[in-house]
Amino acid sequence: MLSLKIALRFLTSNKLQTAFIILGISVAISVQIFVGLLIESLQISLVDSTMGNAPHITITSSRDDITIRRWEQLTAQLDRYNVVKAISASANGNAYAKKGSTIKPVLIRGFDFDSADRIYHISEGLYNGRINKSRNEILMGKDLAQDLELKPGDSVTISAPDGSNTTLKVTGFFDLGISSINKTWVVANRDVAQDMFGYGSRVTSIDITTNNLFYADVIANLFKIMLNDNDIRIENWKQLNQSLLRGLEGQRISSAMIQVVIIISVAIAIASILAITVLQKSRQIGILKAMGIKNRDVALIFLYQGFLLGIVGAIVGVGLALGLLQSFISFTTSDSGVPVVDVYIDYFLIIRSWIIAVLSATIAGLVPARNSLKLNPVDVIREG
Amino acid sequence: MDSIIELIGVDKIYTVGSVETQVLFDINLSFEKGSCTSIIGTSGSGKSTLMHIMGTLDTPTAGSVVIDGQKTDGLDGNALAVLRNQTIGFVFQFHYLLPEFSAMENVLIPSMIKNRKVDRQTLDRADKLFDMMGLSAVKHYLITKMSGGQQQRTAIARALINNPKILLADEPTGNLDSENSDRICSIFRNINQEFGTTFIVVTHDTRVAEHTDRVITIKDGKIESDINRI
Repeated sequence: MLSLKIALRFLTSNKLQTAFIILGISVAISVQIFVGLLIESLQISLVDSTMGNAPHITITSSRDDITIRRWEQLTAQLDRYNVVKAISASANGNAYAKKGSTIKPVLIRGFDFDSADRIYHISEGLYNGRINKSRNEILMGKDLAQDLELKPGDSVTISAPDGSNTTLKVTGFFDLGISSINKTWVVANRDVAQDMFGYGSRVTSIDITTNNLFYADVIANLFKIMLNDNDIRIENWKQLNQSLLRGLEGQRISSAMIQVVIIISVAIAIASILAITVLQKSRQIGILKAMGIKNRDVALIFLYQGFLLGIVGAIVGVGLALGLLQSFISFTTSDSGVPVVDVYIDYFLIIRSWIIAVLSATIAGLVPARNSLKLNPVDVIREG
Repeated sequence: MDSIIELIGVDKIYTVGSVETQVLFDINLSFEKGSCTSIIGTSGSGKSTLMHIMGTLDTPTAGSVVIDGQKTDGLDGNALAVLRNQTIGFVFQFHYLLPEFSAMENVLIPSMIKNRKVDRQTLDRADKLFDMMGLSAVKHYLITKMSGGQQQRTAIARALINNPKILLADEPTGNLDSENSDRICSIFRNINQEFGTTFIVVTHDTRVAEHTDRVITIKDGKIESDINRI
């Protein structure tokens, strides 16, 4: 108690010096949190834009006829796991779409629309027309529709590789923000696609989203072991997006490095300032020792000072960081009101940074605490 | 009567680099409980070093110090700190009060070191000491707002808060004018008589020595005379 009281009094008796130390800690912590949150937000929006409309795990056939046989059983089995957020079986195939004299290569995706929509969010991307409800209705990607000069309600002929033609009605167009999809996808009823490509009642892929994107590889491996089926191939998005992952990892490491450097510099600054206060207060410490204060309690004075500076500095720092973020959001918001980066406030990151700051400030107090132990009261008294 | 401090064959040698300087030579002294003694000598005679050794702030190069029946050589830092805190009160030439605290807080610090908290009894004792020092009106002032005489009297109150058996004073009036100086001397005398505190003052001022019962003169690190005046 006495140590804490003395620590507090030392800090409050030299308000300007204390204010400068707190300011220094706050600025450093705020930069740390600001950079951390910004990089994290960038990562989240990057992953979201890349993976937001894509399955995390895709099951395909390893058989020659590329079809999955007991897919109903498989999907029912996988759907029971609560890591699975959405699951959709589709019959896919390459074909040509003809409208007048224009012929375009397309990818037919034969879905059960509602299940697929939970993965691909097609209804959200639908910008013209309506969802295909009946058997012979289809949806098309934006670019494909433009190439074929279609409007909702038009009919289009699809030629399968075996030469058979099917005429289907386009009820709407979607824009999923990914040009390869917008250019080639034709969303059809699963039965139609199965008939068109002669799959019978089989499908060619099962798409899955999980409740944790970054554990998709682990989950995929788990499925592999549990399903133990040589006829299927299980792939996860990480295998297919190595460069994105490397980019994310690079960002994560650079963010961590910035944060570590800031923390170290904060700790050094606190340690050196408190080391100076040991000199400033050597008379007081000397006389306290003459009066019988124990070394441990003297050391505690400086640990408490570090701790208190850390707590206050980190609180102010969190406030500054949130202020910085707020002004960053308002400065970077475009005229249409959409911010350049969707800033995501990660409270865990803030609390973690706060705790690290307080801990490092307290540890920084160890240096002056050690110096104070060496102080001999008789030296102070002899010097007068 | 029992002795409260005993110095047996105390030598003190300071070593700076390869130069050795002996400041105390085979000092043998004994102070009785409740006595009032002055140690006088010129500057550099070794009297302050002697006081630091008696107060366990410094250690003798040879010989031993017994305080209140306890041999101090071999005690570790913490044990010496406890001994100082509970048995000895110090008053120095400079008051050495903590400028960050009020007079009252400064006086209570030794008791907080001892008991970790301040009880009613201690507060009453502090009030009584301020009363004795004539400082009741300014006891809540910050140290920096007090006069030199007031600061020195606050330092005396601090030295007495734990009711120590021994009060060691090193040139306590060295920085004060004669009026304040006399006042401090009579306070010491009162304390000695009222609390039975053993009082040892180190000074070069013979007027201070006149207030004490025993005068020890030290010269070049040796005892030159030891006169009992009662």
